[in-house]
Amino acid sequence: MENLNQILADALTAVAASDNEASLDEIRVQYLGKKGALTALLKQLGNVAPEDRPKFGQMVNEAKEQVQAKMNERKTALAAAALNAKLANETIDVTLSGKGQEIGGLHPVTRTMERIETFFRGIGFDVASGPEIEDDYHNFEALNIPAHHPARAMQDTFYFNPNTVLRTHTSPVQVRTMENNQPPIRIICPGRVYRSDSDQTHTPMFHQVEGLLIDENISFADLKGILQQFLNVFFEDDLKVRFRPSYFPFTEPSIEVDIMRTNSKGEESWLEVLGCGMVHPKVLEMSGIDSEKYTGFAFGMGVERFAMLRYKVDDLRMFFENDLRFLTQFK
Amino acid sequence: MKFSENWLREWVNPEVTTDELVAQVTLAGLEVDEVEAAAGEFTGVVVGEIVATEPHPNADKLQVCTVSDGTEQFQVVCGAPNARPGIKIPFAKIGAVLGADFKIKKAKLRQVESFGMLCSASELQISEENDGILELSVDAPVGVDIREYLNLNDSIIDVDLTPNRADCLSIAGLAREVGVINKVDVVPVAITEQTVSIDDTFPIRVEASEGCPRYLGRVIKGVNVAASTPLWMVEKLRRSGVRSIDPIVDITNYVMLELGQPMHAFDLNNLSGSIVVRMAEEGEKLLLLDGQEVALRADTMVIADEQKALAMAGIMGGEHSGVNAGTQTIFLESAFFAPLALAGKARSYGLHTDSSHRFERGVDATLASKAMERATQLILEITGGEVGPINEVAAQAFLPTANKVTLRRKKLDQYLAMSLDKDLVTDILSRLGLDVTDVTDEQWVTVAPSHRFDIEIEADLIEEVARIFGYDNLPSSMPTAAVNFTAATESKTPIQSLRATLVSQGYQEAVTYSFIDPVASKQFFPHIDPVPLENPISGDMGVMRPSLLPGLVKVYLHNQNRQQSRVRIFETGSRFVGDVNKLDELDQTHQVAGLIAGSRYPEGWYHNSEKVDFFDLKSHVEALFALNHGAKPEFERADEVYLHPGRSAYVLVNGERVGVIGELHPLLSKQLGTNQAVYVFEINLDAVLGAKLPEYQRVSKFPEVRRDLALLVKRETPVQALEKVIAEHAGEAFKKVTVFDVYQGQGIDESEKSVALGLTWQHPSHTLSDEEVNSAVDSVTAALAEKLGAVIRG
Repeated sequence: MENLNQILADALTAVAASDNEASLDEIRVQYLGKKGALTALLKQLGNVAPEDRPKFGQMVNEAKEQVQAKMNERKTALAAAALNAKLANETIDVTLSGKGQEIGGLHPVTRTMERIETFFRGIGFDVASGPEIEDDYHNFEALNIPAHHPARAMQDTFYFNPNTVLRTHTSPVQVRTMENNQPPIRIICPGRVYRSDSDQTHTPMFHQVEGLLIDENISFADLKGILQQFLNVFFEDDLKVRFRPSYFPFTEPSIEVDIMRTNSKGEESWLEVLGCGMVHPKVLEMSGIDSEKYTGFAFGMGVERFAMLRYKVDDLRMFFENDLRFLTQFK
Repeated sequence: MKFSENWLREWVNPEVTTDELVAQVTLAGLEVDEVEAAAGEFTGVVVGEIVATEPHPNADKLQVCTVSDGTEQFQVVCGAPNARPGIKIPFAKIGAVLGADFKIKKAKLRQVESFGMLCSASELQISEENDGILELSVDAPVGVDIREYLNLNDSIIDVDLTPNRADCLSIAGLAREVGVINKVDVVPVAITEQTVSIDDTFPIRVEASEGCPRYLGRVIKGVNVAASTPLWMVEKLRRSGVRSIDPIVDITNYVMLELGQPMHAFDLNNLSGSIVVRMAEEGEKLLLLDGQEVALRADTMVIADEQKALAMAGIMGGEHSGVNAGTQTIFLESAFFAPLALAGKARSYGLHTDSSHRFERGVDATLASKAMERATQLILEITGGEVGPINEVAAQAFLPTANKVTLRRKKLDQYLAMSLDKDLVTDILSRLGLDVTDVTDEQWVTVAPSHRFDIEIEADLIEEVARIFGYDNLPSSMPTAAVNFTAATESKTPIQSLRATLVSQGYQEAVTYSFIDPVASKQFFPHIDPVPLENPISGDMGVMRPSLLPGLVKVYLHNQNRQQSRVRIFETGSRFVGDVNKLDELDQTHQVAGLIAGSRYPEGWYHNSEKVDFFDLKSHVEALFALNHGAKPEFERADEVYLHPGRSAYVLVNGERVGVIGELHPLLSKQLGTNQAVYVFEINLDAVLGAKLPEYQRVSKFPEVRRDLALLVKRETPVQALEKVIAEHAGEAFKKVTVFDVYQGQGIDESEKSVALGLTWQHPSHTLSDEEVNSAVDSVTAALAEKLGAVIRG
């Protein structure tokens, strides 16, 4: 019996002292193996008095279980420690940058144009496009701008020949849509437009989004409602907006829309952002739409102007220099 | 148009401030661009008179003047060369403040005391002119405050009139509009018929009646051109942006500004026979007032005499027939030229005058005689003279007639989405000068006044009513319309996805001009004649781009020269190829183009700085095609001047070329100054966006079998050809082939390369046996050997 206690104590001490799996295995062989010290005790069962045998047997088995349990415990602890050490060794500097490509970005004009498109698609407008080199008819005549109309001087035009121009607005897309479709028509026409003007505040190419809605009973109120809401949504602000009479040959009445801006000194001023109006009956008729039955409104906006206001860009020409230090600011 | 607020208020004077007036007219459609003070801020300046001058004892360029303010005399040192006894001048007394804080104090100039300052026009900020002190009229009342005397507490309002509102190109027109808005009566200047004192006339013959339906002429004898234009007129002209020339020209300009009728005065002595209004002879020469000689075209109307053209009708007078210092008798012209006859004409000669501006937009056809009387009246007042009768030639058939326009209640309500009170509408129309002849519950029948020739159709009346009622007072709503789904096709990849794909590959979008330098176009595409602009903004933006690439390369260079060595950019847009005179056939297809250069990855801690190559770019192009589930693109060696002959390819879809990809030709790169290899692609957007609807194929549950092959083939044999042969001969269970190694060099004949391929089979309905796979491999190797001379290695 003393022997058993001694062996158990030795075994547990050995387990506790073990610092790797191999030595644990040796300990198992030494105490629990076929020739192990505890196994040997069981073999000596015959030497124990018969009445003590069950108790002795039980004690040895309990000792074996105790050693096995301690060994398992120790094994788990050693594995955990080994893993921890391994992981500690694998530590990286998590503040280093990630690997791979940096993401690029859209041009601010595209970004703005997509934003405008999203609004109008959301209220059921389709997006239409058309050629940039246009004939005089679609760019001017069909829009009630006959040859030598003073409005032609308002739009300095690039010519290829007397009958062919770079479109000065995206309105010819509206004309082509009206020629090929009957109302209801709801389209926006985003795209490049061209005017022969180049200075601080004009570039010979810029972008417009124009829109057209034609249906029965379309009124001035609808135009006001949609554009007011568009401006609020675009600028994410409850803007002060005013509608001011103006003149475009293709609309009657014609309207310019101003928004109230506040500068850094807190001074307020009106800024023109949109041109629009009720489609001129002549324009409807020329494209084969019954102006008695249908009315509609059209509007147009300069994308660069919206981009400048939205992103606080103060130099128009930056848009076309394509300097990466500028472009990457709109990622 | 610039005008003096005070002048306007002589005609109509509502009880509103300048700011309110500006807001009112802007909201009525006459947009005010700018308001500026008629003079600078100053106080304490009075009309002074130089009584005597004597030289300054210590300075050659200074004079010591004795100046009277009417009650006292002051000693003032003055440097202006025109200071001399007898003239009246603006005198800033001690205590006067010029500008923000320039206070006039007693001063000593070179030991001589000076009590005040004599002012130039620029010192009072009346004009830019700075040639000496401002000389006032000899009858200027000495001692009176100069602001009061020159009526300087005035604003100059610049209104940007739209082309349809030619009726407002005068004080009279603006006054009418302000009167309507404020419901205030307009007090027009009194114009009376001038008494005719002589019988002299000069014959007028109008040949171009359609262009000139009305022509009035009058002879005035004995005018004193040496008389000076009164200061009040000079000031009004100045505030309208018109310079004073001589009294006759000033008066015609004044009447134009006041009433809106452009006029012209000829020196009768320079006229021969009669006035003839006719079309010019082609090539006929005319020396214009501004000193330039023009060769006239036959579409241009001229005022001529029996011998030669004297003036471009309604645009500009001629140098030889105008009023000059020796003029004694004038022939005064007041005419109506039809807008269509003048439209675009001035511009076509590079001219733009106050007169052409008005006639092109339209002048009240009934105004000519009124203006003639007004000008005559002013001439008599200022230069004196004897007045002959007015000689009028008119062609009724070509004169505009009053427009009768009906406004229907139904249309008005529908347009405005509200119902305005009948009397209110009638009142607005009447106040605008329309003759409302018939009013019922259904309609208003109106006749537009002669100055509102822009009112032609019902929509014009709706605009007038809405405008005067106020756009901001009209209701606002969202339209109700049937919900209709916009077509959401899957047969086309949205361009947004394409952009997003490139952006995720590190590309930055660029937007370049559609016109490029013809030199660049030739450098890239020597065989293409780019579409030329007739009037480019500059030579280096002279032609439409036949490709997006020259623009992108230019962007690359811009950034390279700003220390940006790693560049990935793309652009979408049209390219233009073909004959612009056959517009229907002109190729204006939308393209997507990209450019990469520099290191494969952004500079970082984890990798070497390997540069991008052809295959980086190719993977980006393949990614774009992969978006669409459509046909897989194929590549074949390209032959383009601007691309590296060994590192460029055409992109084909279904056998059709839809784009190119490759390294910029090293020679071109060198010419352009790139400091590293630049890779570009350009593809037709429709080809890359055309999508196929994905269609489900059952996933086989049987195992895949893979066999690897190592082949020796000729170097020039494209791998794509191997892949094609394999696909054709590997049997129905064939799934895919992967190239996992390409080697050429030591151990292999110089003319050959080794290609290692992994072939995968998988049958939909059974596990493939070794025999089946072996047989497939055999047929593949046999075909490769036969068709491409491939030899199995090892």
